[in-house]
Amino acid sequence: MALPLRYNIRNVLVRWRSTITTILGIALVVSVYVLMQAMAAGIEKSSANTGSPDNLLIIRRGSTAESSSIVSREQLRTLLYSPEIARTAADEPLVSADVLVLLNLPRRDGGGEANVLLRGVSPRGRDLRAQVVLVEGRWFDRGKREVVVSQRLAARFAGFGLNEEFRSGPATYRVVGHTDAGKSAFDSEVWMDADEARALFDREQYSSLLVRPKDAEAATNLIARLEKDKRLQLVAHVESAYYAKQTGTATPIKWLGNFLAIAMSVGAVFAAMNTMYAAVGARTREIGTLRVLGFRRRTVVLSFLLEGALLAGLGGALGCALSLFMNGYAVGTLNFATFSETVFEFRITPALMLQGLLFSIVVGILGTLLPALRASRLPVIAALKSL
Amino acid sequence: MSAAPAPRSATDSPEKPPEFIVTLRGLSKIYQQGDVNVTALNEVSLDIARGEFLVLMGPSGSGKSTLLHLIAGIDRPTRGELHVQGIDISRLNESQLADWRNQNVGFVFQSFNLVPVLTAAENVELPLLLTRLNRAERKKLVATALDLVGLADRMHHLPKQMSGGQEQRVAIARALVTDPQLVVADEPTGNLDAHSAHEVLGILQSLSRDHGKTVIMVTHDPKAAAFGSRQIHLEKGELTK
Repeated sequence: MALPLRYNIRNVLVRWRSTITTILGIALVVSVYVLMQAMAAGIEKSSANTGSPDNLLIIRRGSTAESSSIVSREQLRTLLYSPEIARTAADEPLVSADVLVLLNLPRRDGGGEANVLLRGVSPRGRDLRAQVVLVEGRWFDRGKREVVVSQRLAARFAGFGLNEEFRSGPATYRVVGHTDAGKSAFDSEVWMDADEARALFDREQYSSLLVRPKDAEAATNLIARLEKDKRLQLVAHVESAYYAKQTGTATPIKWLGNFLAIAMSVGAVFAAMNTMYAAVGARTREIGTLRVLGFRRRTVVLSFLLEGALLAGLGGALGCALSLFMNGYAVGTLNFATFSETVFEFRITPALMLQGLLFSIVVGILGTLLPALRASRLPVIAALKSL
Repeated sequence: MSAAPAPRSATDSPEKPPEFIVTLRGLSKIYQQGDVNVTALNEVSLDIARGEFLVLMGPSGSGKSTLLHLIAGIDRPTRGELHVQGIDISRLNESQLADWRNQNVGFVFQSFNLVPVLTAAENVELPLLLTRLNRAERKKLVATALDLVGLADRMHHLPKQMSGGQEQRVAIARALVTDPQLVVADEPTGNLDAHSAHEVLGILQSLSRDHGKTVIMVTHDPKAAAFGSRQIHLEKGELTK
């Protein structure tokens, strides 16, 4: 039978100074780990939340992202009247030829400049992206150098307030509306008319086409047709699937999070080890007594491992609790697919907290293993004679 | 509990031959210290009768504690035979020995060796955690053991809230709670004042005389030794008388 848990709890409480130090150290590590993973989760959520399964995004074959794609006007003309594409009541094809431009703009807080993604959208572009809704002001008019920006970006960049103006290159743009894209990737974009954007930024070509097929069969046919057509050199992706795959930005953050967590956890393991070695040293005679009373080596090991896990688990719980303060906090980072600022929220999920808690317990067990083995291997008589 | 020494022999009765609980034959213990072999016990042969209060005396380093540790199964002999209650405990493996100690031997130490974060009752309960008894049964036995040493009212006190004499009485309760046949005590009064020492020795004597337990005690103190029913002396690892 194991030693009672109260034995471990009281021992942890008795040496409260070293307990607090260890708990705080582990809390810090867990909180960094959880926050880094929460950033990655936020970015992934933002990508996964973007686009419609009813749309196809068409980009140049060989391009890994919309930002590095080119679609010529000739290619647009060829595809515009494809039989697979749905039409409006006015018999216009549901196609938006978009152009993407990077703008380098000053931040609202004076913290330097950052890239912002400007999307030129065709008149049908708004209909194809129903998740982007106007929350303030009005939509832009063509030819007036008017833009709408997401309200999240408005909070981060100078001149993005309603009816404010900002300058990029030779032109000045007026913000006439604020949008909300439901925490999707479109929340990191500025929108204006596509042809006006092409003229202002001297772009001959479009970046991508967004089309609405008539139905699922038409979508499959269009994807297959583009796959076979060597002349067009285009490829079609289901829009929502395309964005779900664009989680590349999260990958380096995940790596960094894991690297930091591993580096810091080494320190935390040593901190736990130090605490537990001190605990074993202070309780040598007690361990000897327990062995004399009939407790086996493995019971002693288990008891110390439990104590280490308890200590680290408390640290982990505190770390998770501290990181919760950042839940929902919106931040921006460089999107490696578009090289522009992408806005996302820290997403601290229950699964992530459980992961953080398990991580802390592993740290505790690793840190306690050697001291626990040392405790169990103490010769009984030598242990009884220790001061 | 007795308040005065009342030495007697377990072999007093002429009608009944003594039943030996411990039998040692040619028992030796040799420690290796670097390249040197140190003989702590040399060819000791001894019989200890059931219910006896045996006192082991001798100068420091004479081997009396070593002998006590061997009989209690917390050390192993280098050679010789060691039977306790008919079992050759030198042949038991470590886990078997741990179980055997738990079921057959009660320990009383000079420094009491109570777990400081546990109350008197929790300390006494420790050996019972290794048995199949349920919580209620354990609680009842703990109360009985503490009552036997006169500390029923100190059940929920931590060791630091008790005097040395009370701590040692808790340690005796812990030694008794599993109802072992053998109680070993290593200098149990070494850290106590005269009054507390008298109380503790009285309890040990009562265990032997009134409850039929075999008590083996190591001491330097002739006054403490007078509480035993038999004294044996060791010198340089050998029995002298």
